[in-house]
Amino acid sequence: MSNEFIETAEQREQLRRALEELKGVDGPLMKAMQIAQDIYGYLPYEVQVRIADALDVPLEEVYGIATFYAQFNLNPKGKYTVGVCLGTACYVKGSGKVIERVKEKLGLEPGETTADRKFTLMATRCIGCCGLAPVMTVGDDVYGNLVPENVDEILAKYND
Amino acid sequence: MIERAHILVCGGTGCTSGNSKAIFEEFKKQVKAVNLENEVKIIMTGCFGLCAKGPIVVIYPEGAFYQHVKPEYVKEIVEEHIVKGRIVDKYVHRETDESGKSKSIEDSAFYKSQKRIVLRHCGVIDPENIDEYLAFDGYKAYEKVVTTMTPEEVCDLVTASGLRGRGGGGFPTGVKWASTLKAPGDIKYVVCNADEGDPGAFMDRSLLEGDPHAVLEAMMINGYAVGAHQGYIYVRAEYPIAVHRLQVAINQAREYGILGKNAMGLGHDFDIDIRLGAGAFVCGEATALIHSIEGKRGEPTQKPPHLADHGLFGRPTVLNNVETYGNITQIILNGPEWFRSMGTEKSPGTKVFALGGKITNTGLVEIPMGTTLRTIIEDIGGGIPNGRKFKAAQTGGPSGGCIPASLIDTPIDYDNLIKIGSMMGSGGLIVMDDTTCMVDIAKFFLEFTVDESCGKCTPCRIGNKRLYEILEKITEGKGTMEDIDKLEELCYYIKSNSLCGLGQTAPNPVLSTLKYFRDEYIAHVKDKKCPAGVCKALLNYVIDPSKCVGCGLCKRGCPAGAISGELKQPHVIDTSKCIKCGACIAACRKNAIEKK
Repeated sequence: MSNEFIETAEQREQLRRALEELKGVDGPLMKAMQIAQDIYGYLPYEVQVRIADALDVPLEEVYGIATFYAQFNLNPKGKYTVGVCLGTACYVKGSGKVIERVKEKLGLEPGETTADRKFTLMATRCIGCCGLAPVMTVGDDVYGNLVPENVDEILAKYND
Repeated sequence: MIERAHILVCGGTGCTSGNSKAIFEEFKKQVKAVNLENEVKIIMTGCFGLCAKGPIVVIYPEGAFYQHVKPEYVKEIVEEHIVKGRIVDKYVHRETDESGKSKSIEDSAFYKSQKRIVLRHCGVIDPENIDEYLAFDGYKAYEKVVTTMTPEEVCDLVTASGLRGRGGGGFPTGVKWASTLKAPGDIKYVVCNADEGDPGAFMDRSLLEGDPHAVLEAMMINGYAVGAHQGYIYVRAEYPIAVHRLQVAINQAREYGILGKNAMGLGHDFDIDIRLGAGAFVCGEATALIHSIEGKRGEPTQKPPHLADHGLFGRPTVLNNVETYGNITQIILNGPEWFRSMGTEKSPGTKVFALGGKITNTGLVEIPMGTTLRTIIEDIGGGIPNGRKFKAAQTGGPSGGCIPASLIDTPIDYDNLIKIGSMMGSGGLIVMDDTTCMVDIAKFFLEFTVDESCGKCTPCRIGNKRLYEILEKITEGKGTMEDIDKLEELCYYIKSNSLCGLGQTAPNPVLSTLKYFRDEYIAHVKDKKCPAGVCKALLNYVIDPSKCVGCGLCKRGCPAGAISGELKQPHVIDTSKCIKCGACIAACRKNAIEKK
């Protein structure tokens, strides 16, 4: 697995245009980074440099924001993000055991990605469907009322 | 044209997770199949509140409340209910009274004790259609203040209503508005705090999803009252449905000339933009939130200066929570006396709670302030499932504390909760039963705060980490009695020395569990036991010889080879080899293995 930065001409153009549009906006930096992450899926060093140049801020400010907020990724993510909710309602109903099972099954700690870049594990805070606690998500799919034994069959669905 | 039936499909996050979108599409398809698409209106609404029964569909005029709906039920519901007018009873949520007669949904225990002021439109209107909001007196309150009141009068009216900030602190809203109005400067800002970070709270999200225009209108009123022309909504990126509906609402309001220059032709300019959070709990703190909107790291700064003097981009700023805004239009239209007629003297109005954890009816409830915890848990919540015992309720999330069973008759309002060592917080209410370990819960919240501390000030960054480590030591059975004293001392130190609200309240979960469940801490330390059976290191798996039939399933299932015994004789677990994985419990068909 290499982290070499590859982009399409289209992505490059999309970012350039977005940065151009943001020049007149008050406090544009975070917005720019959010757009960039939407385009690339993460914030590669090269993209951080381009944002810093375009908005005329020091690179360390971009990096400082990227590391402050949980949602910015400095490394590419897997094809599927597996999120296990560790909000209070889910925790009280046993999501701690669910995430243990996922960790064991994928061999990952939260924040890590499998070597084949298929799964990224995230410990999420409340996603707001406390009625279904405990909850895990795979990509956009939500699975509720879980027991640890459900984990294997759920992950097996994503075998492409 | 007037439709003969309305099908309301819940489009809240809970029901959407249960695939209510597919149900909505299926209803459209099936209604079309019977050629009634011009006579039946199908809409996706905001949250109905009773998430435990989701996905929910309500069909009017009967008001039939269908629960746990699946796409495959839809054909039958359309053919029976819509075509023939016969409610499909087997899918309907019903409660019966003593005589066995079924009650209407409004009279059911879950809805009866509620008073839906803030949530009045949730589950009633289509949030993505501004016309429906307009039909329910939408933007009338804004028209009223701009045409008949001065900004001072608006601030006075809100102050007179006694409305307090629903984000948790409970600061009087009108006072906040008035001080921003008085602050000198031509450019001022209105900000809505929709960074609902408390894990286990989702009322702000449900309001944004179910009634976004009510929040926009309240911000416009706020703008007029303080002399601002620009508003920002700072919303969590984790709430994609809420963000989408807000954007739709803003676009529609701009199209209608409601937002923008010379709003509604009434002479006041006001526009609103959305700013997305990026996953930092500390950004719920006022100064941190402001920095985040400015595009910086969301680190808090010392107050004063207060936001009213020096806020967003250095300008006077007024910041209110989503639910606070949810009350504004009703207060303007109905008057402060009406608002004061609900709730308690010092906490008028209602409060929305997200009811979760070990409770039958999980979901969203809105109750008058002063309602007792007992009413919430036993009546509205339907009690504790599985015959377990109520142990405590946790309010205020990582900043709050526990209310033990002995205080179940406490009327819930801002001041009572502070008195018993918790706080209102944004409104998460997590119910715990006797299988919840209070030391483990304190540790859970500390893990959260350690993770979310921004690291700017030392008491919070290092102090909370140390608190967490001591709790970890106790749950692993390595704690001493001195540790408990140290824990308490450190809590008070962190509370009095941290820079912002996050650090100042972070020790609350520890202090309140120590206050009400000290014996549980002592059991972990002295007896090396976890009474609730949660802390893994303190449990031993034991086979009850009177129940064991000697089938050997547990022995085969044990990955550590810790179980021995002859066939048809009671087996035993060697605790020195046992890794406490629980495989034996899962394998046993006789319920003979216990954690002690």
